[in-house]
Amino acid sequence: MRRLRVLAPMLLTAMILLGLALVPPIAGLSGENYTIDVFTRIMIFAIAALSLDIILGYGGMVSFGHAAYLGIGAYAVGILAFYHIDNGFLQFAAAILASAAAAAFIGFVSLRTSGVYFIMITLAFAQMIYLLSISLSTFGGSNGLNIDVHSKFLGLLDLGNPTTLYYLVFGVLLLFLFLGHRLVNSRFGMVIRGAKSNPRRMATIGFPLLRYQLAAFIIAGVMCGVAGALLANQELFVAPAIMHWTRSGEIMMMVILGGMGTLIGPVLGAIVFLLLEDVLSGVTEHWQAVMGLFLVLAVLFARGGMLGFLYRLRGGRSGA
Amino acid sequence: MPYLLVLEEALNGIELGIMLFLMAAGLTLIFGIMNLINLAHGSFYMVGAYVSAATFAKTGSFFLALAAGVAAGAVVGVFTEIVVFRTLYRRDHLDQVLATFGLVLFFNEAVRILWGPTALYATVPRFLSGQVDILPGAPYPAYRLAIIVVGLLVAGLLYGLVAKTRIGMLIRAGASNRVMVGALGVNVRLLYTLLFATGAALAALAGLMAGPIFTVDSGMGDSVMIQAFVVIVIGGIGSIRGAFVAALLVGFVGTMGRAFLSPLLATVMAPSAADNAGPTLASMAIYFLMATVLFFRPQGLFPPQAR
Repeated sequence: MRRLRVLAPMLLTAMILLGLALVPPIAGLSGENYTIDVFTRIMIFAIAALSLDIILGYGGMVSFGHAAYLGIGAYAVGILAFYHIDNGFLQFAAAILASAAAAAFIGFVSLRTSGVYFIMITLAFAQMIYLLSISLSTFGGSNGLNIDVHSKFLGLLDLGNPTTLYYLVFGVLLLFLFLGHRLVNSRFGMVIRGAKSNPRRMATIGFPLLRYQLAAFIIAGVMCGVAGALLANQELFVAPAIMHWTRSGEIMMMVILGGMGTLIGPVLGAIVFLLLEDVLSGVTEHWQAVMGLFLVLAVLFARGGMLGFLYRLRGGRSGA
Repeated sequence: MPYLLVLEEALNGIELGIMLFLMAAGLTLIFGIMNLINLAHGSFYMVGAYVSAATFAKTGSFFLALAAGVAAGAVVGVFTEIVVFRTLYRRDHLDQVLATFGLVLFFNEAVRILWGPTALYATVPRFLSGQVDILPGAPYPAYRLAIIVVGLLVAGLLYGLVAKTRIGMLIRAGASNRVMVGALGVNVRLLYTLLFATGAALAALAGLMAGPIFTVDSGMGDSVMIQAFVVIVIGGIGSIRGAFVAALLVGFVGTMGRAFLSPLLATVMAPSAADNAGPTLASMAIYFLMATVLFFRPQGLFPPQAR
């Protein structure tokens, strides 16, 4: 039984990743790109949710403004493309630097507080960046900014090809899952997790918690910024709506739905959330009402997310 | 003449502040006493505005619209409290945020189902549609003045309720030690529901008063709700006095920034650049205010006593 509990998440991870790897060849049989596009988007949000989970699920930092980094990453690509700088390395470097700088500032101020204050402050900062993007009339204001060309990687990758973009996103997801795994199991990760369960004790032992938490906050911001840069490449368009506060809520919901404090949970959550959204919006134009009720019910009755549910099926208490 | 303009904008700032206070008062009471963070508070604001605008369009009676809006807010508040929030009181803040986020999505879509996707048109009642001379030669819309008066009145009533009555005493007692109040035989459940109804009614009142000034559309409560959060964070969560001071501060800074930042910047930089930078900085002003306050006082201006 115990062995199953250890093996089950690994098996699930392998199954999900294998499934994702096989999407383009299977979808390619029918000769249309819709499915590939849907799953590219899903994986981009999986990256965003994964990054949030590192600070939320492992670090206990309930950031309600995570969509801001998605927007910053996307706008970094968009604004550089606007000035005809289409070198992908430059664009992604800009996305990383910009989201790191924003996360450093937001984290520096927000991490002085905790609990509800932290939730509200991160929300408020994201709203500030959202309003800032609306007032940038040079870059389209609230109408958004069209991006003329995909990021160019010295002719190595053609992101205009849906399958190429898909596997790039898939590769980034794999990389971040691997890095995330190394991170949360490292000494650094242990400090972050310790800070979640007993900050006073960790501080008494002598860890400068603020520094560790800020570092984790920045890492999560950067990961999400990369997701934003990828999203800009998929949509060839970026608008303030990308960082609307409900987007932050959705990303958070993906983490919780899948199971926070696990690495594959957010990925599973993103898949379920976005597929559900896709299906519901095909059924009724008022799908958001259904989605809203679903979220309320999910929080009230399905604790621990889907992974927690799976573990409970296997007997015993949820260890996630 | 510029002084009159400053005066007018100052009054606008106070008016915005008053509305934010009506929102923030409910939020901060609910948080202070029930330890509940409620994102759906903006939905009560929206419900108040919609029901009131629809009632006014149908009956033409302003007072009927007022009563209907406030009552609708209270009813929706009580209903959600009984169905959803009672389960949430014992949960952590993350669960509360997510469940109420779901409620926001639901309510935003529900008003679209009920009243259609286009914005409703709310009108100012005739007897308030004129201008009032606040100073000789300085006219100000009577409706906005009425909002300020009503808001101050409600703030006064709320202060009286919390500071002078038995219910207020229970509320304050509940804020400092919930369990003890329950043990002394007070029906805490009923107290919670009552408090929730009051908070929702205040939000609905703010919403229906805002209707004729802004547009009545789906999602209208969201940005107000976030600003109200900024207010209670600045004021210190759980403190009514803090909410009042912070609401006026935020309303003032926001309005003044929007009105005078561009002309002010134009004195030190090129007018075209100032025209661009002004609105940008103005929209960020209240968040800078919040960041500054929190940097020096992480618990807000009026931190609650130890609980």
